[in-house]
Amino acid sequence: MSNTIGMIFIGIGLAFDLFGCLGLVRLPDVYNRLQAATKCVTIGTFSIMLGVFAIFGFTVVGIKALLCGVFLLLTSATAAHALSRGAYRSGIKLMEGSVVDKYGEDLKK
Amino acid sequence: MKITKRARYFLGAAATLLALFAVFAVNIPILFYHKLPHASFLKYCFLILLLGAGLCLYRVLRGPTAADRIVAIDILGVLIVGFCAIVTIPTGRLWYIDIGIAWALQSFVSTLALSKYLEGKDLDE
Repeated sequence: MSNTIGMIFIGIGLAFDLFGCLGLVRLPDVYNRLQAATKCVTIGTFSIMLGVFAIFGFTVVGIKALLCGVFLLLTSATAAHALSRGAYRSGIKLMEGSVVDKYGEDLKK
Repeated sequence: MKITKRARYFLGAAATLLALFAVFAVNIPILFYHKLPHASFLKYCFLILLLGAGLCLYRVLRGPTAADRIVAIDILGVLIVGFCAIVTIPTGRLWYIDIGIAWALQSFVSTLALSKYLEGKDLDE
């Protein structure tokens, strides 16, 4: 029973991972790619970690997997924020048809 | 110009669909040490994760700017953490999850350092 639940979680996580990587290839801009890939792949890997925790239960491996998932959930968003800030400050433009740029307006003031 | 762009999109979509078809249709042998009831499902898991890693490596190969490459390397690190967590199940080697934890720590620190370097500051600022 717990094996089946874990496999279902791993399958959901794999779907999220694959679509995140597809967005990383397909989207037109650095910021779009960052937004698509970071959210999808972080949630997908956290779901894989939940599946491993459901299979192994409250053993050493299961608790390590849960800790690794929580660590990824905390740090991946921080890394993406720092990366987008660095990319904007290093002078990479937005894509051609973008409508609004609030961070650039704030920097001009 | 426009026709070649569309042809490129079609070629990429065809290649991705062909890879997905090959994952599910072609019998690729993978060595398993312990036979689980879901062992064939885990084989599909490995192959789909390898497909995602291949897409990340494509973005590393031809990203227009340096930030694209840093994003792709970060995502590749997160994928490898998931791969290490999955490979614990069929092999029964329990130290693979330790490799995943160490990889997550190193990937986070390296991404922060690279983004600071991209911004033009020193590392201790």
